[in-house]
Amino acid sequence: MMNIERMIQELKEYEGPELKIMEVCGTHTASIFKSGIRSLISPKLRLISGPGCPVCVTPSSYIDRCIDYAMKDHHVLVTFGDMMKVPGMHGSLSQIKGDGGSVELMYSPLEVTEKARQNPDITYVIAGVGFETTAPSYALTIEEAVREGIRNIRILTALKTVIPALEWICENEDGIGGFLCPGHVSVIIGSAAYGELLHKYNKPFVVAGFEPEHILAAIYDIVRQLRNIKQQDSSVHNLYKNAVRTEGNQKAQKIINHYFEHGDTMWRGLGMIPDSGLYLKREYADYDGGSKGLDQDVQLPRTCRCSDVIIGRANPDECKMFGKTCNPMSPYGPCMVSSEGACGIWYRNIKKGE
Amino acid sequence: MCIAIPGKIVSLDYPKAKADFNGNLVDVNVGLVDTKLGDYVLVHAGCAIEVMAKDKAMELIELFQELEDIT
Ligand code: SF4
Repeated sequence: MMNIERMIQELKEYEGPELKIMEVCGTHTASIFKSGIRSLISPKLRLISGPGCPVCVTPSSYIDRCIDYAMKDHHVLVTFGDMMKVPGMHGSLSQIKGDGGSVELMYSPLEVTEKARQNPDITYVIAGVGFETTAPSYALTIEEAVREGIRNIRILTALKTVIPALEWICENEDGIGGFLCPGHVSVIIGSAAYGELLHKYNKPFVVAGFEPEHILAAIYDIVRQLRNIKQQDSSVHNLYKNAVRTEGNQKAQKIINHYFEHGDTMWRGLGMIPDSGLYLKREYADYDGGSKGLDQDVQLPRTCRCSDVIIGRANPDECKMFGKTCNPMSPYGPCMVSSEGACGIWYRNIKKGE
Repeated sequence: MCIAIPGKIVSLDYPKAKADFNGNLVDVNVGLVDTKLGDYVLVHAGCAIEVMAKDKAMELIELFQELEDIT
């Protein structure tokens, strides 16, 4: 019978060619560190981090637009905490708040409808950052606003979808052997969503949960698939059946498609990816904070390797600024700012280990 | 930021519910899942995105069974 010890032993003794496995999700990166998985498996199995943190891939002109709203009379910018320290061209939301800008934190966009109801003179602009996991909460918020006739809410969307980004990576990076697919994005889109990528690129796509056992099992599955690749094609496997259905959460997909439509969007470090963004449909333009065209980025110092880190071309510690001039207190790139950015996760864990 | 956390539904007035996360009661919108009292739901940004099918121990047993079948 398969068990965790046997799995670890096989992964430790792996002797084949070097294999790169990309974990797409920042929460996977964090869990891999916390559980010390890298030290349990053969160094020939290289776990690399992907673009799986919505904050890290948001361009700086988006932050600037958020700041404009925070400074505007009768406007409040509402955001998840992760966004506070991300640098725009002229500072971050947390600096602006210190300087008297109106910035409030939210646990859920759904709270904002109540605030808006109580303060009809103020327009609440929600910083709508996220992947498919978060998109349904924004859709439910608009649904409630429409139903209740609340008109003083806007969403400044920077919503992104994961499949086009994976496709971009498959097109542009041929060294990646297989993918650990993001568990909670997959709850919404379903494991079947990876079928097209599988068909096109014939690489293993394995949906994984977040416990160390889940992640080890997914790595094991990918290694096994690649070892057998001569005899058979790769597959999409769902190893997180407790939460992820083949078809995903169809109610959530439906409400996303009701309020949002696809459009091109800018990913920091990757560039413009066609159809990878979600924008409010024209019928809901009254609720739109003006999200299109926010694709300018600050010039990061040339030594900052964020764009390589985001696609797994470099590990954070290969950046000359890592831990020295760039650290969570004074971050240069977005990967150091966010709690799920690869550089930030590496920094915190290396410090802990010292 | 895509992390979703399981909480137990302790009161339900569809689509509003309260879920218990280790003793903390939190408002959750359950409009996108079919759930009932006592279920564990995965919650992200105030919204239940799925009902957890089984408890953790059962899940891992099945996970290993599945690997056995795959390999
Ligand atoms: S350590 Fe800082 S400067 Fe280097 S890649 Fe990461 S965010 Fe950029």
